[in-house]
Amino acid sequence: MGKALGALTLVELKLFFRNPRAAFFVIAFPLLMLFVFGSIFGNRPSPGLGVGAMDMSVPGYIGMIVGTTGLMGVPGWISTYREQGIFRRFAVTPVRPSAVLLAQGAVGLITSLIGVLLLIVAGRIAFHLKMPAAPVALLPAFFLASAGIMSLGAMIAAVARTARTAQAVGMAIYFPMLFLSGSAFPRAMMPEGVKRISNFLPLSHVNELLSGLWLEGVWRPASVAVLAGVLALAGAIAVRNFRWE
Amino acid sequence: MESVVRLKGLTKRYGDLVAVDDVSFDVKQAEIFGIIGPNGAGKTSVVECLLGLRSRDAGSITVLGEDPALGGRSLLTRIGVQLQAAALQDRLRVREAVRLFAALYPKAEEPDRLIAEWGLSDKANTAFGDLSGGQRQRLFITLALVNRPELVVLDELTTGLDPQARRATWELVRAVRDRGATVVLVTHFMDEAEVLCDRVAVIDHGKIRALDTPRALMHAQQASARVLFTAPAGFSAQLIAGAPGVETIEQTGSQVSVTGHGPLLVHVAARLVALPDPPMDLRAERVTLEDVFLQLTGRQVRD
Repeated sequence: MGKALGALTLVELKLFFRNPRAAFFVIAFPLLMLFVFGSIFGNRPSPGLGVGAMDMSVPGYIGMIVGTTGLMGVPGWISTYREQGIFRRFAVTPVRPSAVLLAQGAVGLITSLIGVLLLIVAGRIAFHLKMPAAPVALLPAFFLASAGIMSLGAMIAAVARTARTAQAVGMAIYFPMLFLSGSAFPRAMMPEGVKRISNFLPLSHVNELLSGLWLEGVWRPASVAVLAGVLALAGAIAVRNFRWE
Repeated sequence: MESVVRLKGLTKRYGDLVAVDDVSFDVKQAEIFGIIGPNGAGKTSVVECLLGLRSRDAGSITVLGEDPALGGRSLLTRIGVQLQAAALQDRLRVREAVRLFAALYPKAEEPDRLIAEWGLSDKANTAFGDLSGGQRQRLFITLALVNRPELVVLDELTTGLDPQARRATWELVRAVRDRGATVVLVTHFMDEAEVLCDRVAVIDHGKIRALDTPRALMHAQQASARVLFTAPAGFSAQLIAGAPGVETIEQTGSQVSVTGHGPLLVHVAARLVALPDPPMDLRAERVTLEDVFLQLTGRQVRD
């Protein structure tokens, strides 16, 4: 079983990098954001806050990677594997089709991590990015955030009838959230009313959680609770409605 | 001889719909056993119960000595399967696919050797999405053999293939059996069953309508032979009406169609020799499994 899961994950990882669109949005696009906005705003620490514009933006770019994987990647992967009969092929092998699903989840995490690491290295070299205040805590926070958003994606795939619908719904949820959650620009810059809406978005709490640990080294318990709740609820709905074919 | 698959009274319902109704059959070792019937007849449900993918409502199933409903997934290590409407990832390459599937089983063939054996070496680096229909079936058969299965289940393998690729696939199925595996072949193509199968079960509306060798099924037809010719000058139906085995004579214009049983062509020819100008185009039309099916179920198998 371990051998099978390893082989499946390796294959799914290769397939991820053979799909230029997925690789672009998870790996290249956040780097593009870093360089475009970094070259506009620089990263000189502002006198009041002690951190620069990129220091404040990078946790949000990580949130963007989490969102892209969970809401653009996961719904499409699951629904196309279901629609094309790929789960069905693995259902008649000794591994359950859930092993394929597990491999997809692992690939989502691995590729997100690659995106994050490249972002940090590039930020460090090009903009003297401030290193996280709580680097060890950041890892479980990142896993919680990824699991929460990926379970949203799995829920969309489970409920949507077709792959087209699943992908469209994923995008429709993701893009407004990208701009309202503080990923595309910091929440500190938002007017009060927008911020209030923003508070209801799961991705906002990903960004809160990550920037809290990154900039101040503190956990944001409310965001942890929201993401754990999203994981439990969306996960339960996904499991209840899941179809392999 | 040992039964590889034994079904007794298998029944499967989906709500009010009885998809499989009291189906029983035995599949013997190293035979190619056909399950034929139109789409929606219950063939795939039979296969899915047989593989333990679906629970059954009644009856017993033994596959390779195990009950598929109880054995967990261990049984699937001894079976090779290609189900209808199952596919692979578009960007997955042939060699990667065979290696991946080899890694899913505790014991497996050497992937590169298997690829060479099934004529896929020159396609080894081609992505699944770029393979032709026939090449895909070849790959599916290769994958179904990766675990050295004792039983191979192939569901609607040639649907969507052109005639040439279908014939090539038939050769592959024969080769699978020649390696010693038992084959259960599900199809809605009568010619395929007729050419390939040692025995066939005809299923319609979830019930078995007939089960025998294709030859015996065709012989059991009331009218097992048909003879056709163009009526020459001086021909009258009286001439052949009394010939042994003749049952009906129909004449449309100059075309005569005779049905009956036994060596019909020989007897009709013997009578026609008496004519001064015997027909040039005397021929027998063979009864096919298609005709058998039509008679058993009252409908055409093709949709």
